[in-house]
Amino acid sequence: MKNRLTELFEKKKKDVLAVYYTAGYPSLDDTEVIGKTLVKAGTDIIEIGIPFSDPIADGPIIQASNKVALDNGMQVSLLLEQVKALRSQVSAPIVLMGYLNPVYQYGIHKFLIDAKAAGVDGLILPDLPAKEYEDNFKATCESLDLSVIFLLTPTTSLERRNKVDQLSTGFIYAVSASSTTGNSKSFDENQLHYFETLKTQKWRNPVLIGFGISNHETFSQACQYSAGAIVGSAFIKALEQSKDIKQTIQTFVKVLRGNL
Amino acid sequence: MKYTVDESGFYGNFGGAYIPEMLYPNVEELRLNYLAITEQKSFNEEFQHLLREFVGRPTPLYFAQRLSERYQAHIYLKREDLCHTGAHKINNTIGQILLAKALGKSKIIAETGAGQHGVATATVCALMGLDCTVYMGKLDMERQKPNVERMRILGARVVPATSGNQTLKDATNEAMRHWINNPTDTHYIIGSVVGPHPYPDMVARFQSVISQEIKIQLIDQTGNPTPDYVVACVGGGSNAMGAFYHFLQDDHVQLIGVEAAGHGVDSGESAATTALGKPGILHGSKTLLMQTQDGQVIEPYSISAGLDYPGIGPIHAHLFETERASFINITDEEAMQAGIMLSRTEGIIPAIETAHAIAALDKLQFDKDDVVVLNLSGRGDKDLETYIRWGKY
Repeated sequence: MKNRLTELFEKKKKDVLAVYYTAGYPSLDDTEVIGKTLVKAGTDIIEIGIPFSDPIADGPIIQASNKVALDNGMQVSLLLEQVKALRSQVSAPIVLMGYLNPVYQYGIHKFLIDAKAAGVDGLILPDLPAKEYEDNFKATCESLDLSVIFLLTPTTSLERRNKVDQLSTGFIYAVSASSTTGNSKSFDENQLHYFETLKTQKWRNPVLIGFGISNHETFSQACQYSAGAIVGSAFIKALEQSKDIKQTIQTFVKVLRGNL
Repeated sequence: MKYTVDESGFYGNFGGAYIPEMLYPNVEELRLNYLAITEQKSFNEEFQHLLREFVGRPTPLYFAQRLSERYQAHIYLKREDLCHTGAHKINNTIGQILLAKALGKSKIIAETGAGQHGVATATVCALMGLDCTVYMGKLDMERQKPNVERMRILGARVVPATSGNQTLKDATNEAMRHWINNPTDTHYIIGSVVGPHPYPDMVARFQSVISQEIKIQLIDQTGNPTPDYVVACVGGGSNAMGAFYHFLQDDHVQLIGVEAAGHGVDSGESAATTALGKPGILHGSKTLLMQTQDGQVIEPYSISAGLDYPGIGPIHAHLFETERASFINITDEEAMQAGIMLSRTEGIIPAIETAHAIAALDKLQFDKDDVVVLNLSGRGDKDLETYIRWGKY
């Protein structure tokens, strides 16, 4: 079976919407219904967070969701079961995002095999160094056709940008600012200049812009410079305030896409 | 066997730089420059000058007569408690502030547990006229109030870390996030031999002045540069690494790291990382880490804010794995009693972190001729409230 990220980007080159949420948040069993509803509402890629006790790249909103999920009892093995159940109902690509330590303790090889078997298409591990990837992940990921997505930021050098493009499969995660997640409401001139450099560079992979995408304006702005954008903290915040998850998700995606 | 860091930043199986891309340029800038800068003649002259004139080095290596009689060995105390600001922490902050200046940074951030590193950072920032922000767990701010006020008097902002157990681990998370959000003008002064490469090596080098002096002082006092034992407490492990550093290749010197057992290693409230930890990744390096089976970091506990950390510097993990150093652990109660004992035996009130190392004397078997160097890493002024609350004196 072909990698669903590859398939998606073959068909869709613009306005790709990826939405991040933390597995096990707000309730332990919400992982499945959130993913299903997101896809129904028009989300192209589901990015599911593996909660971690010390998420240093994340701002307060996602930190809090990680804590709630862990307090709810979320574990990697349960998360993979939930993904498997979700996979049987959606055909959109599923990407797992998490920190390295839980993956290490689960066992790298076992994790990759079990993730693939659960229907996962790609991984984002922000604290995975390139060398560690090449030594311990790459061969297995390639043989499983599991994408690994690396990050770049406004301060990433040109040389390193090319390295990120070489290492990544599926897509590249362009972080919009030098910041943790959930930190801004609009883009400034420096960011737009940086997006312009993303647009003009020739990439092997499609580029998605993430961090600071919180409304229709920032989403459509990001899409002008890339294949699409990733929303995380703004969605978690919407879930946090939600009384009816399905309704919240429908409205959230519509507003983001400018259809409301 | 070698104990120095290799080219990729590892000590055997431990170390490395497991950092998100947002931190990469900052850490890479340090990695590419720290050796070149610290090996410059002008850097060293200023570093040595400040250690001598501002910190008050060399600190005495004091032969503790009554303590030696009590334990039937020759016990020497390396008096880091006499450093300006009251602990060894300032050796590292002097080094790093000079490095930050050489890199053109105008703002400094730091994390602190007991507050000693925070005070040492606020002090050197005041000395150099640089902006200073210190992250400190909210719980630690309560149990180390005098140090919070010392930092504020020195002009630093103290920001409470309110996540997790509100202790050192959480303060470190917040400092790292601050650095991600302020990548160009800010230097992060990590206070221990933890964090991504090159921090463990850099901090170890700045603290190595401790064992450098011990060697010279031992020749003066005993005629022999090497002792039989070096004993030091270990949270992240900076004072221990400073005391071990120049003895790492002297295989006959027994290196003893003393960790905090809290209410007991098996009580679920402990910070004894080598006893309870497994290899894992936290704060940018692979090291021994107290964690659940699912890889979530376990909240540590110790009465001592400076030892209340779920990991250990990667070099200590390596020394543990290769058995170059031995690690023992000491409960809250044992440490408090040892603190009182030292106060009454030698007239020195130690920091509660240091009191753990003193309590270890009870657990070791010495021969009458053994020379034991105990690194007296800090003084107890900051801990008076904890001593008073404990009350058994």
